[in-house]
Amino acid sequence: MKQGKYLNSASRFSLITLALLLSFSSIVFAQEATADEGAAESETTAAAQGGDAAAGKALFNANCAACHKLYSRATGPELYNVTERRDRDWLYRWIKNNKELRDSGDPEAIAIYEEYNQTAMNLFPQLTNADIDDILAYTDTPKPEPKAPVNAGGGAQGGGGGVSSTIILAILAVVLVMLVAVLFLVNNTLRKFAVAQGVELPVKESRKPIWKAFVENQFLVLVCVIVLLLGGAYFAYGWMMQVGVDQGYQPIQPIHYSHRIHAGDNQIECKYCHSSARTSKTSGIPSLNVCMNCHKSISEVADQTSEFSSVTEDYSKEFYDKEIQKLYKATGWDPATQSYSGETQAVEWVRIHKLPDFAYFNHSQHVSVAGVQCQTCHGPVEEMEIMYQNAPLTMGWCINCHRETDVKMDGNPYYEKIHEELSKKYGVEQLTAAQMGGLECGKCHY
Amino acid sequence: MSSNKKYWKSVEELNENSSIVEALKQNEFAQEIPMDEFLGDKDSLDASSTTRRDFLKYVGFSTAAATLAACEGPVNKSIPYVVAPERITAGKADYYATTMADGFDFASVLVKTREGRPIKIENNKLAASLGGNNARVHASVLSMYDTKRLQGPKIDGADASWEELDSQLGDKLKNLGGKSIVLLTQTFASPSTSKLISEFSAAYPNVKHVVYDAVSENDALDAFESKFGMRALPDYDFSEAEVIISVGADILGDWQGGGFGPSYSKSRVPKNGKMSRHVQFEANMTLSGANADKRVPMTPSEQKKAVAAIQRIVAGGSSDTGLSPELDEAVKNAAKQLKNAGSKGVFVTGVQDVNAQTVALSINETIGSTIIDTQAPKMTREGDAQAVQQLIQDMNAGSVGAVLIAGVNPAYSLPNVEAFKTGLEKVDVKVSFNMKEDETGLLCNYLAPAPHYLESWGDVEIKKGQICLTQPTIRPLFNTRQFQDTLLAWVGQDVSYYDYLKNNWSNTSVSWNQALHDGFVAGTVQASTGEEETAEVSSSSQNGAVSLSSALAALNQEGGASGYELTLYSSTGLGDGQQANNPWLQEFPDPITRTSWDNYLTMSKVDADKLGVENEITSKGALNGSYVNLTLDDVALENVPVYIQPGQAPGSVGLALGYGKKAAVQEEMQVGVNAYPLYKEFSATQSVQIEKASGWHEFACVQMQNTMAGRADDIVRETTLEIFNTKDVHAWNPVGEVDYNHSEISVRDKNADIWESFDDTMGPHFNLSIDLNACTGCGACVIACHAENNVPVVGKQEVRNFRDMHWLRIDRYYSSADTFEEETKTLEELPAFDSYSVVEKQSYDNPEVAFQPVMCQHCNHAPCETVCPVAAIGHGRQGQNQMTYNRCVGTRYCANNCPYKVRRFNWFLYSENDEFDYNMNNDLGRMVLNPDVTVRSRGVMEKCSFCIQMTQKTILDAKREGRAVEDGEFATACSNACDNGAIKFGDVNMEDSEIVALKNDKRKYYLLEDIGVKPNVFYHVKVKNTAEV
Repeated sequence: MKQGKYLNSASRFSLITLALLLSFSSIVFAQEATADEGAAESETTAAAQGGDAAAGKALFNANCAACHKLYSRATGPELYNVTERRDRDWLYRWIKNNKELRDSGDPEAIAIYEEYNQTAMNLFPQLTNADIDDILAYTDTPKPEPKAPVNAGGGAQGGGGGVSSTIILAILAVVLVMLVAVLFLVNNTLRKFAVAQGVELPVKESRKPIWKAFVENQFLVLVCVIVLLLGGAYFAYGWMMQVGVDQGYQPIQPIHYSHRIHAGDNQIECKYCHSSARTSKTSGIPSLNVCMNCHKSISEVADQTSEFSSVTEDYSKEFYDKEIQKLYKATGWDPATQSYSGETQAVEWVRIHKLPDFAYFNHSQHVSVAGVQCQTCHGPVEEMEIMYQNAPLTMGWCINCHRETDVKMDGNPYYEKIHEELSKKYGVEQLTAAQMGGLECGKCHY
Repeated sequence: MSSNKKYWKSVEELNENSSIVEALKQNEFAQEIPMDEFLGDKDSLDASSTTRRDFLKYVGFSTAAATLAACEGPVNKSIPYVVAPERITAGKADYYATTMADGFDFASVLVKTREGRPIKIENNKLAASLGGNNARVHASVLSMYDTKRLQGPKIDGADASWEELDSQLGDKLKNLGGKSIVLLTQTFASPSTSKLISEFSAAYPNVKHVVYDAVSENDALDAFESKFGMRALPDYDFSEAEVIISVGADILGDWQGGGFGPSYSKSRVPKNGKMSRHVQFEANMTLSGANADKRVPMTPSEQKKAVAAIQRIVAGGSSDTGLSPELDEAVKNAAKQLKNAGSKGVFVTGVQDVNAQTVALSINETIGSTIIDTQAPKMTREGDAQAVQQLIQDMNAGSVGAVLIAGVNPAYSLPNVEAFKTGLEKVDVKVSFNMKEDETGLLCNYLAPAPHYLESWGDVEIKKGQICLTQPTIRPLFNTRQFQDTLLAWVGQDVSYYDYLKNNWSNTSVSWNQALHDGFVAGTVQASTGEEETAEVSSSSQNGAVSLSSALAALNQEGGASGYELTLYSSTGLGDGQQANNPWLQEFPDPITRTSWDNYLTMSKVDADKLGVENEITSKGALNGSYVNLTLDDVALENVPVYIQPGQAPGSVGLALGYGKKAAVQEEMQVGVNAYPLYKEFSATQSVQIEKASGWHEFACVQMQNTMAGRADDIVRETTLEIFNTKDVHAWNPVGEVDYNHSEISVRDKNADIWESFDDTMGPHFNLSIDLNACTGCGACVIACHAENNVPVVGKQEVRNFRDMHWLRIDRYYSSADTFEEETKTLEELPAFDSYSVVEKQSYDNPEVAFQPVMCQHCNHAPCETVCPVAAIGHGRQGQNQMTYNRCVGTRYCANNCPYKVRRFNWFLYSENDEFDYNMNNDLGRMVLNPDVTVRSRGVMEKCSFCIQMTQKTILDAKREGRAVEDGEFATACSNACDNGAIKFGDVNMEDSEIVALKNDKRKYYLLEDIGVKPNVFYHVKVKNTAEV
């Protein structure tokens, strides 16, 4: 059950070794490579069009990216090389006011409107022709060749490093064995030598064996037994207390969903997806239509997602893109036609956090009323590439928090009366959940 | 204390020397663990092939295996929606208003759904004017998750598709060769369905619609129709009533559709020194008789005379009743009181005779009663007995080509079922639209199953002019189609019934969504219905107007019946028997007899002695009864168990309908005998011959259990209205006293308290108030508690072993003598040692009855808490006595130490256990479980929690919305279910709340207050209006 977390330790080790062995040269090489590519890119774009591709990129991201992609169809058509397919003047008119163009009876415009299920494109009268040139300059940027992965060579070398370390270890082992053998031989030879020389070797006195002495010393036996029993009991207790406690449980999920990317890199608020945590007992595993709110237009991860993270050396862009495809399969979404096929397939997530049935826990009580951060119990989710259970979720853990945490009462009229009464009783201004009655059995067990 | 009355629960208690009663007083658990049964049986031990060594090996292996298995936690899957429905949030309940209309029970309800599945029925408080909801309505949610339901259409016993069914039947119905098509249906009371049926009649040749009620109100309908020209039943609002005279009408039961409890209870609570007076003349002991101020046992034939006599006296005519002197006096007094009450009086009768019903209407007219409502009558019964009999004749004559049966089960519930069956064989096309393959379905060649009402659309006119809407609360569980949808398909309309319905109500003033939200549309609305469908029905039943004089003459001619006068009734649990496969209802103890899982012949002690019939109580406290054979002309019922019923009119016997159903009923629930064959001519009163049969029947009767250690004197407190109005509170509701420093102090004094008190002044502190005046014993709360708290069903044998699990029980106490004076006098006059038995024996003939709901009293000084060795019971600051199941190890010390005997022990695992094959043992039945309440395991003690999951939710909602909790928000399942207003729940730390007013009421008393446990449940003294004039 816990295999996932340590899955890659071996390769990680190898990579560190690789880094130590080959550090300087490879880094220098990588930097050069990127710089070269960048230069090449800007040259081509500047040469090809009259517009400024960099400014165009900014405009594109601000206005067009919600519906268009460069190299694949989204809500609207892919835009790469659109200048070759359409007349530039037509494009100015279409982009500024496509409705007018359609109303004027332009067959091209109507055809495209029909092709995309009569989904009207927004109007952009604010864009000047120069702006549009910039955008078109950007859209004509050819698809960059899949970069030779920065660490692709490194990977291979890393593999070599792995082999070499094994060899080194093997050599070391052989050396060690040889040393032992040499020492034994030397010792033997010296003995023979001594015998031959007639040197008298000291004869060991036959002493009482230590175990006999130990058995005869009953006091020592008793003390040892007691120590052993106590020690055994200590460890047995420790072992038994973890039975059924799944802290650190990190199962492999049917879809590799990275909280790190969503909650960490993209700063998506937890409750955007886990919306029922605000109002309901359960936080709710988001239904797939929630995913599709964004993933309708995000069919692949951005290059940076897999590029600049320290944890994702094992997760390539291809890997993540495949996971998004799994989502499309489950929801029956066809990105080519931008439509649902209607064939859905439920995703069977492996449940990580599970309280026993006799314990009642209400998310909204903690999230909405008390304002507890999700991370208080679930840990640094925004850093988790694979979700795991952070807290032990034992009763002692709950109770501790209820003893230590002050209840957030300010500004909630519900608490006014009881706060006044209780703070008088306990002589404190801040009340803990325990003082509110949060330790009563019946509050969680019914 | 309040009176010298002696209360008793069982006949056996009258026997002073009964060792059983003594033993049961002392024993919490009547049944020992049956160790001797298996250890004592030497043969079976010897026969066993397992040696001691093998046994140890098995133990060792299984322990090791279990340990190993425990190391690996199970992998749980969580499967979210692919596309989540907008309204459903996991973990939050949604409520939908809908309407139940199964032809017997009609009710506007609120359905609680969780994760899209209905789990509980609540009262629709917006529609309170439509009457109360009984136990069956509350249990109906479980009937949807019935494993015996039909899962799809069938043709000649083989599974089929709807398309096949439609195409085959479409042809056949059109080509019947001039034979008629008959729709044999339940009472739908649905304007849209009526319209649809008339469209169907237009589309097909020769269609007849016959409405059939299993339990008929034909006579009352005929009487009303001949007087008011509409086939309906008068409605009654008892809340303003001053005098209620009932002759055989079980107004708190299922009489004329039932639902009169709430308004009745309103009139029964003394306000400004006044309350209603209720006199009941009846043969069987019914809920109404039990609640009446004066109950007069009277056989059905005498009842007819009484009806006539009351009419004469009210009209100022002769006062000759022709009855025995005692009855004569009682009838005359009642008539006089009725006459004096004038418009605030009401006369009701359940005598099934068109003459009696005509007379009843005339009496109310004479006194100008405002209690009866004939302008907006109830539409919940339409059944036409003559038309049904005509249909059977027609079928036998071969003139019927097709029968379409919807919502009724005539092959089970018709008295002349053989004639029906032979007739049905001559019909070519037989279609059943019932939910199950019941007795009728087995005889039909087409089964077109309809969904449960919680899966259906519809409209129901419970009361004239008030349209209630039925809306689905879940997608149909099975491949079912509504009767109406099928009709629409057959008349060739390409719309769903939903659209049809919506279209019908498109021109009302209230928006469709608002109407669905409320569940009903009040006021006079007219649907755009087509032909008035009732006209056709009424023409066949036209008897001509019944003249009052001829009615009176007919009533008086009633001679004494030969044999025993049998009154058939529908029981509180099963009603007409439609929900016989519902384990909650089977396990529900009848309010009067406290017997579950059975029907039985109720008989008076006098008659039982005459016939040599006995009830005996075994050494373990369980009840056994003799069998008798009943004969009525050619019908014989064999081995009917007899329950000796105090208060049963001598010469009369009673038997409940609705039992003994076999088809589509699980074996465990095929209990009782089918009494419908005795229901000849749809008349509930019959004259039968009885002879004793051999053998003993084992009842699952809980009346001997949970005795309060012989301290019954102070448990139910009653007084009379006169004393209540004139005397000081100490005279009728005294507070106990104890000796302290050589002087008497009140038990409420703090010096009388040896306990250290909890500080309960902060935050909410819950109290529950039970008004014994308003409680009618209807049992809706018992079922509501069952549903809310996942209370298991244990089955007949375990109930017999006193291991029923009801958290809330309604104790029924009998007490002697008609009046307090009488009783006191008898006690004073008789020699000291005789008085006890004499008074008790007397009371046997006609005891007074008191109901008392008892649940955990949530003592502030709870005796159970102190004896728990593992501290599994805690005391909350909110006043709740908190049972922690996961901490309980099952010592049962707490149950022993509980003075109220409200703790229940899980002797077995009741969920997912084939030994207890009820709803918790199948996936379908488990869908009804409340996800917020733990399903308890074996070896754990449980009890009423004051519905802490509901109070916690109320608090959380207030916290989340940032506001204080308002009065009336806190509720428990029982207080929500009690539309009689007997059970009220609230926070006593909330100033000016209703519960504080109730707590300060002078009628308040605590159960067994003298023992000083300071309960959080209090009762209100029962006041009876015993004034004769």
